[in-house]
Amino acid sequence: MIDSMRDTLFGYGDTGIVVWTVLKILAIAVPVIIAVAMFVYWERKVIGWMHVRMGPNQIGPLGLLQAFADVFKLLFKEVILPANSNKVLYYLAPMIALVPAFAAWSVIPFDAGLVLANVNVGLLLLLAMTSLGVYGIILAGWASNSRYAMLGAMRAAAQTVSYEIAMGFALVSVMIMTGSLNLTDIVLAQQGSKGFFDWYWLPLLPMFVIYFISGVAETNRAPFDVAEGESEIVAGFHVEYSGSAFAIFFLAEYANMILIAFLASVLFMGGWLSPLQGWINADVPWVDWLWKGGWQWTFIKAFMFSFFYLWFRASFPRYRYDQIMRLGWKVFIPITIVWVVAAACMKYYGIVTIGA
Amino acid sequence: MTFELVCFYFFGAVAALAALAVISVKNPVVAALNLVLTFFSMACVWLLAQAEFLAVALVLVYVGAVMVLFLFVVMMLDVDFAPVREGFVRFLPVGIVVAVVMLVEMLMMIGVRSLQVPVSADPAALAGMSNMGWLGRTLFRDFLLPFEVAALILTVGLIAAIPLTLRKRSGIKTQNPGRQVMVKREDRIRLVKMDAVKKGEATP
Amino acid sequence: MNRVTHYFKSLLLLELLAGMWLTLRYMFKPKYTMRYPEEHIPKSNRFRGLHALRRYPNGEERCIACKLCEAVCPALAITIDSEMREDGTRRTTRYDIDLFKCIYCGFCEESCPVDSIVETHLHEYHFEKRGENVVSKIQLLAIGDRYEGEIAAARAQDAAFR
Repeated sequence: MIDSMRDTLFGYGDTGIVVWTVLKILAIAVPVIIAVAMFVYWERKVIGWMHVRMGPNQIGPLGLLQAFADVFKLLFKEVILPANSNKVLYYLAPMIALVPAFAAWSVIPFDAGLVLANVNVGLLLLLAMTSLGVYGIILAGWASNSRYAMLGAMRAAAQTVSYEIAMGFALVSVMIMTGSLNLTDIVLAQQGSKGFFDWYWLPLLPMFVIYFISGVAETNRAPFDVAEGESEIVAGFHVEYSGSAFAIFFLAEYANMILIAFLASVLFMGGWLSPLQGWINADVPWVDWLWKGGWQWTFIKAFMFSFFYLWFRASFPRYRYDQIMRLGWKVFIPITIVWVVAAACMKYYGIVTIGA
Repeated sequence: MTFELVCFYFFGAVAALAALAVISVKNPVVAALNLVLTFFSMACVWLLAQAEFLAVALVLVYVGAVMVLFLFVVMMLDVDFAPVREGFVRFLPVGIVVAVVMLVEMLMMIGVRSLQVPVSADPAALAGMSNMGWLGRTLFRDFLLPFEVAALILTVGLIAAIPLTLRKRSGIKTQNPGRQVMVKREDRIRLVKMDAVKKGEATP
Repeated sequence: MNRVTHYFKSLLLLELLAGMWLTLRYMFKPKYTMRYPEEHIPKSNRFRGLHALRRYPNGEERCIACKLCEAVCPALAITIDSEMREDGTRRTTRYDIDLFKCIYCGFCEESCPVDSIVETHLHEYHFEKRGENVVSKIQLLAIGDRYEGEIAAARAQDAAFR
């Protein structure tokens, strides 16, 4: 059905191609937005459980409609422009935060061939997009004309730039292992006959841990959420934002979180590959994705990693700012540099080979 | 006029306008943001020329890191730029002359190059490789030594910049977060076990 | 040497994993939450909620306008005016309690010689307009009439300790 739709659209020439691309973008963007709404609900539920509470349980069955109630509340609230703020940048900042958060989704492969843009520099593009997200935060902080917002923006900028380096090195090691920047190639390179021991988390274990922790720091989430530390600078860069402008920041932050979770599963946990790959080879309809791999595995792994985000938030107290900087520069970067060399040696001497 | 040409003119125009805004707007933060826009448009132009690695690297390095630090500094400084732009009209002729000379030089170089080497097809496509693979092979196989020397010089420059700006200030109190996180329970707590009153000793 | 082993041990994130294991265990524990509008915690018969004025079984109001409650009220929330009724008894013409001022200390109830002003177990009430926070004598008597059974039961339970 999808193929016939595509052929019909392509029959209209250039317009058809544009319409088809827009449809594909919507097919990713709309589920991401819904996933963000449900993720907020899931976060409140999980943190509630870990606090021995129940979390939202009043609106709808099991409180499931709480997410939508929150969205509508925010959309109907007034957006207040602070006095003496820079009006254009104030309204532009949420958009700038949102665009890279969604643009990065274009290169995520959900299954073999199930990717919006199968570009050759996918990994670099992701790194570039995640680093662009900080502009929204900086501009929001500066345009708000507020000390708290400014401090939050400064912290966010310094933190993002610092952790980007460690994250970049972690991605470099994946790149060395695969010899490609294409995310589909990276997943396919983790194919093999030894189940989940073929994935990159094993040879690159320190990188995997550092990548995920840097990802948490990069998205300014607990325990690295000094950019919006409630107890010190009220709410950081978005103190002055209300209503739908605040909702957009929220959307961008959570879309980034889910993105990092997907990336961790694609880069280090074999994406859509099954952890049982090569051990079982039976052909059973409906359930053979369990050992043959399929998009379900990407989502299961991403769900697991996004759960880690919430778990961290419920478990750890907030880092002090100078300790965050120390962790980024003095612990992560040296370890990653050492392990990039180690990964190169592993690759050169054939300790880790593709598709074994 | 193809779609690509339309895109090229659009991105080129945006880049030129943003570059003009960088040197003409009053607010330094807005100027820095226009510089970001210029970089971004140039990255788009490079993407059109199928130099995707260069384009993404530009966004990653300049837009993602350098300009963030730049904005950081500009926001923190809060410089009053009125006295800085006082001599704008006085130095304008000199500036125009320099700009024209640079333009002529650039045009000459492009002209000479195009005379020397006939514009050939994409060497990456000729070698049957991706743009990135070809770039990597050129850098790390054909020009390995120059590349490494360049990297070394950059590292030396980086390290040299640190001692130049490093000042030893006396009389200030600082924390050492490294030592703080390395602290163990035994360093802070001493458990002492003792009787409330020693046996055979008279209570006062 | 000790520092070096400590450094490498810290890289294993053992302390962080211990903390995460703790929160994970708590996630599956039974929850303490009381689902408030549906569930209530048991309330003492000495609970001090909304005020009420009581009547004798024959329908006569108990209050004799002695103004002891007005005098003892630490928040000055009670205002009383009194007059002589046709039958010669002293009765209140006005008995207002400002519930915004009231601190629910229960002194009025303790000071009352005829057990007229009491505090009921009601705590779920609200005001929708400005001025509704001042409850008048008629309202207080109506509350007393409505909950007389429960008020009397609570007083009877507590009688041995008064």
